[in-house]
Amino acid sequence: MSYKILVVDDSKLARMAMAKVLHALRPDWERVEASRAVEALALAQQSHFDVALVDFNMPERDGLHLVGELRAQSPEMVLAVVSANLQREVVERANAVRAKFLAKPVSDIAMREFLDNAEAQLRANKSR
Amino acid sequence: MTQASLDELELDALTELVNIGVSVAATGLREMVGEEVLLSVPKVDLVSRENAVAILREKESAKLVAVHQVFEGDITGRALLIFPETKSLEIVRAVAGSNLSLEDVIELEQEALAETGNIILNGCLSTIANMLERNLKMSLPEIIRGEAVHFFNLQPPPQSGDQVLFVYINFAVQQRDIRGYIAMLMDLPSFEALKVLLDEFIARASGKN
Repeated sequence: MSYKILVVDDSKLARMAMAKVLHALRPDWERVEASRAVEALALAQQSHFDVALVDFNMPERDGLHLVGELRAQSPEMVLAVVSANLQREVVERANAVRAKFLAKPVSDIAMREFLDNAEAQLRANKSR
Repeated sequence: MTQASLDELELDALTELVNIGVSVAATGLREMVGEEVLLSVPKVDLVSRENAVAILREKESAKLVAVHQVFEGDITGRALLIFPETKSLEIVRAVAGSNLSLEDVIELEQEALAETGNIILNGCLSTIANMLERNLKMSLPEIIRGEAVHFFNLQPPPQSGDQVLFVYINFAVQQRDIRGYIAMLMDLPSFEALKVLLDEFIARASGKN
């Protein structure tokens, strides 16, 4: 089953790195990129995304704020906040909106595990 | 004279590395203060040594305090964490506790600044070095006080063509806002080595070899 994923990061290099890993692990998934939170929200209003990977430390609106808004818009979307800021308060705020926290730089193992879990969750949502 | 510069993607990659570095540093600082450290998105500029002095002069009219560390490896240079001196005691209160008496704060100042600087500079530089797959050796932190021009003219004397990677950061601990600057001063050969390492990092990260 192929899903649609939104990748949000203000760094082009970070988006390229994410694209490489996603292409290797899930070549059939449709990937859409945004460099800012407002752009990501606009995209999510226009079309449905199954999964979103969101950088935490971004200008204007940070990633935790954005996942909160994405969660409000779409209760079933599988969300992850990506950051090297591993302060427990940050991780807890991510968990509070049911977003997985992925440590940056994201290892292949962590990404594989996240995507496997995301697929399992999306399948479970569908069969309900 | 060689004009040192980075292209758009190299600067983006460097900014991302710095962002990851200061995020790691904030996580380390949080462990020290026992409370969340709020961090702005760092803004990164590459400037000449003269410009770095001019920028600091324009932004900060008061005296400055800096934590200084020398780094050595494929890239060699100096790292400075610079604050307005008026913020120095604020930093000590933020990291060592707000209930301290003024006497204690003054007594602890050197040590607390050195420790804070060490966490931030080491967190930042060692993360960047790791991601560039290189080793950096860092000297012990040293506190220096004075004006910007002193910080960028430490012995041994600087070379013409020196580059400064200038990072603006704001962080807040216990409702205390602290603005500061991280400056990485390096000579032209080190800057060129950094550029090569950045290109290799970009190729690895994006898979476009």
